Amino acid sequence: MGRERLALYSLVGPASDEAVERGLAGAVWFKSEVPRKRMKELMRREDGPAIRDTAIWLGGMILLGAAGAWLWISVSPWLAAPVLLLYGLLYASAGDSRWHEAGHGTAFKTRWMDTAVYEIASFMMMREPTVWRWNHTRHHTDTIIVGRDPEIAAMRPARLARILLNFFGLVDVPTSFKLMFLHAVGRLTPDEAEVVPDQEQHRVYRKARIWLAIYAATVVVAVLTGSIVPFLLVGGPRIYATFMHLVYGLTQHAGMGENVLDHRLNTRTIKMCWFNRFLYWNMNYHVEHHMFPMVPFHRLPELHEQIKGDLAPVYPSIWAAYKELVPAVLKQLKDQSYHVRRELPPGAPPYNEPALIA
Amino acid sequence: MPNWVPACAIDDVDEEDVIPFEHLGVDYAIYRSPDDQYFATAGHCTHEKTLLCDGLVMGAIVECPKHNGRFDYRDGSPQGAPVIVGLQIYPTMIDSGTVYIDIDID
Repeated sequence: MGRERLALYSLVGPASDEAVERGLAGAVWFKSEVPRKRMKELMRREDGPAIRDTAIWLGGMILLGAAGAWLWISVSPWLAAPVLLLYGLLYASAGDSRWHEAGHGTAFKTRWMDTAVYEIASFMMMREPTVWRWNHTRHHTDTIIVGRDPEIAAMRPARLARILLNFFGLVDVPTSFKLMFLHAVGRLTPDEAEVVPDQEQHRVYRKARIWLAIYAATVVVAVLTGSIVPFLLVGGPRIYATFMHLVYGLTQHAGMGENVLDHRLNTRTIKMCWFNRFLYWNMNYHVEHHMFPMVPFHRLPELHEQIKGDLAPVYPSIWAAYKELVPAVLKQLKDQSYHVRRELPPGAPPYNEPALIA
Repeated sequence: MPNWVPACAIDDVDEEDVIPFEHLGVDYAIYRSPDDQYFATAGHCTHEKTLLCDGLVMGAIVECPKHNGRFDYRDGSPQGAPVIVGLQIYPTMIDSGTVYIDIDID
């Protein structure tokens, strides 16, 4: 069953051909009307907000990492644990949203800053930066179009064991290392070769070798010092503190419509507290982000205010989203046609569904 | 032999911005640079078929509104992933307050 399910969602299988035939690939999606002048304001780049947040993010990691290591070695692992957990949350949960936003090239005005944060966060999340840049591009073109989107987290039926294990990176981390070794010898998987252009593939091989060298150095330091602290600081957070990126990430699309051309049907926007919004870099405004991907994270609340009349009501909390998505994903284990259907406010433009487009 | 086609009035394009122009079913993009020069390129991003007129102009760069693909609109050169193929560019000239583009290059 697992292999059949994966094959259905493969980028090189029959579902991909079917999506192309049905006009679902690279299609025109619903967008709210926003005056050009206003849109330019919302898309305008700034360095300030992202520099401030990145200083807090990386500065926090340096302080917490140093304090955690010192406590672990000199005082008590028990006292170090909460400090390292916070360090890990910045590393492997906030790292996901930094990977995402910097990958879009919208976080900063200065391009090299986006590139630097993208490379650092990609390493932390163990996501090969070139492959994932192209994956994510496809995710935005064909969001939850079966056979076209490489980032569908909750398939129908969902691979529940995989999702649950990944709250501790137990599938992602071994898979990442397997891919790192594959890339280091100059090879890609068929799905990767499908999305990464030939002329970009050399970057994948070079970075895999660099990353493996960093992990090898971490092992050497751990052996020489006779301590696991190097693993707690490098790589380890992807296991012990990655859960929040899954908590956030599953709210984006799980249980919602597949093969629809309207982000209001397949994406959630959720209200979150300041701490979660900092870790998630405002990606809780996910409908807005998908509809206008070039709006920087710090302008998404304004974009939400601009277009909220077209959107279904926001979810008031992460908990509210999970109250919906968990039963939906469980129902899909038996009924794969089931999905969450959002109701738009009166007067909003209608759903942009394939049946309406034809 | 140039084929100059009137595309828009000079004031139709804001400084450091882009507007669409369609001629015989073909989409073009007309740019006005911060130093008040006019440029023209193909209307769609070379990465995927997205209209560049909805994108953001920053100096001499236009950014695709879908995937952050960037081009130098003066010479059409790609400025990094996910675009790897350059944009077709078209000569422009100004006459009596109108921007003309030479589409003969098609």
